[in-house]
Amino acid sequence: MKTMNIIYREKDIPNIREYDVYVANGGYDALKKALGQKPTEVIDTVKASNLRGRGGAGFPTGVKWSFIPQSEPIKYVVVNCDESETGTFKDRQIIENNPHQLIEGALIAAYAIQATAVYIYLRGEFWDQAFDLDARIEEARKGGMVGKNIAGSGYNCEVYTHVGAGAYICGEESALLESLEGKLGQPRVRPPFPANKGGGLYGEPTVINNVETLANVPWIITNGPDAFKKIGTEQSAGTKIFCVSGNVEKPANYEVPMGTTIRELLFDLAGGISGGRQIKALLPSGGSGPIIRINGNDDPILDTPCTYEDIAAKTGSILGSASFIVIDETVDITWVASKVTKFFKHESCGKCTPCREGTYWLDKTLDRIMRGEAKESDVDLIANVARNMQGVTLCALGDFAANPIIHTIKNFPEDFKSHIGAAKTPAAPKTAAAAGD
Amino acid sequence: MLAEKYAARIDQIFSKYPTKRSAVMPLLHLAQEEFGYVNEEAIQQVAVLCDMDPTQVQSIAGFYTMYSERPKGKYWLQVCTDLACALRGADKFHKELKEHLGVEEGGTTEDGLFTVEHVMCLAACDKAPMLQCNFHFEENLDMDKMKARIEAWRAEAAAEKSGAKKASAKTKA
Repeated sequence: MKTMNIIYREKDIPNIREYDVYVANGGYDALKKALGQKPTEVIDTVKASNLRGRGGAGFPTGVKWSFIPQSEPIKYVVVNCDESETGTFKDRQIIENNPHQLIEGALIAAYAIQATAVYIYLRGEFWDQAFDLDARIEEARKGGMVGKNIAGSGYNCEVYTHVGAGAYICGEESALLESLEGKLGQPRVRPPFPANKGGGLYGEPTVINNVETLANVPWIITNGPDAFKKIGTEQSAGTKIFCVSGNVEKPANYEVPMGTTIRELLFDLAGGISGGRQIKALLPSGGSGPIIRINGNDDPILDTPCTYEDIAAKTGSILGSASFIVIDETVDITWVASKVTKFFKHESCGKCTPCREGTYWLDKTLDRIMRGEAKESDVDLIANVARNMQGVTLCALGDFAANPIIHTIKNFPEDFKSHIGAAKTPAAPKTAAAAGD
Repeated sequence: MLAEKYAARIDQIFSKYPTKRSAVMPLLHLAQEEFGYVNEEAIQQVAVLCDMDPTQVQSIAGFYTMYSERPKGKYWLQVCTDLACALRGADKFHKELKEHLGVEEGGTTEDGLFTVEHVMCLAACDKAPMLQCNFHFEENLDMDKMKARIEAWRAEAAAEKSGAKKASAKTKA
């Protein structure tokens, strides 16, 4: 089992983070090639590649770009580097080790929609990385790849970084735009959508793409859409970066062709379950996606190929951002539900009542369950509260917060039952792994 | 005043955006750097710079967790205790760190050097346990490594203090 590094090229070419090294290895050739084409040709190429958004939603990137009305004079590309989903750490590695590929991909996107500027929104905690990225943008500017008359093409585009200040919700695209405009990071009512006049950044048509998505674009322009589609499957083309964390021997980011199985990822690449233990559960899309029950290391569900379509059809969960949090047999799933709920309670922006109040009551009731003070009906109560949060909020955070409750109760009822009528034990997890052995 | 002291940096920040209001977050970061936390003066100055009502600036400072409305220790230690880190011992590490420094959650040591609190996911799940110290990541930690780091920070703070004393003595002389 091998990784395939379209994005993490630093594994094959050390120091590719530096402009000169990047250029010496074909860097910015894709941008030059794109600048020699009509913008619509660039969009058609990306459409034909079947590249899908790597931030979690999996929306076809080229289709997203084609929504932008070309007639509007001011347009923006916004890069979503707010990377805040529990268990996700892939974009950080891109901006640290192969930043020019992101800058190049963002500029190709900008040219395709004829944008006047690119804003890279980084979560505030990427403080050091943001300063470094500013330096990389300046390198590219000196090389004639950013600013006026890019590569002598006559096309002008600025690239700016913007640093957030600690809010998960700003990864949601409309909240991100609000934050970039200097407002509270709260989602907008849609329509208008970001691609439309009135819905984007400063009211101008805007494309918002994830870091990993854009870092794929130079490769697609250079090698063509057919070559990209040869990697992975028809519906899930290309490679995907899997952030593997939790109870595995070698937690890390692994970039592999889509269609690699869960078993290959966790056992061949990530070195298997910590301490030779058995796997119990997997969160394939960080805290926000449905939890998958896995009955030990021989469970055939581990042979599911990691594609958008297979994860959905065979596990009932989602591939999402591919943040694989691995949970072993020693871990109490009620504790997992409680941890994830505390996250969403903290990160709810407070705009929509079902999410603001729902996360509060879920957390309060889960604490009661963890203390051994709950009745059996309390488990039904939180399931009911969670169901009432689904589909009724302005953004997906309401659904994200409901998922861990609904799916942990459905897939691990015995873990919840073990707390009912239990002795009043402290809420600390009893597990060896969670205690950090 | 921020406006005079950081004129060039502020101009550079404003040059990125078509509206003044977009600069409110970078300017709050700058103000926090200057004052150690976002105090009343910071709010007032940023409001003037961004042409905003101080109440609006206050709401921004309150919404985003990286702006502190209270003074912190010289070393602001924020431990990630979210799920992925907790599966690798972050809760235990967080508890032991507080015990080692003798502080409660969110508390600051008596010498004013260390504040400890837990935070949500910092995108470093493969390097748990980890924390950020004044927004710089410290990763793959255990208590032995942490104790050594704490000693190094104490030494750094002491050196700065004696350096400052020497400097002021020189000025007087």
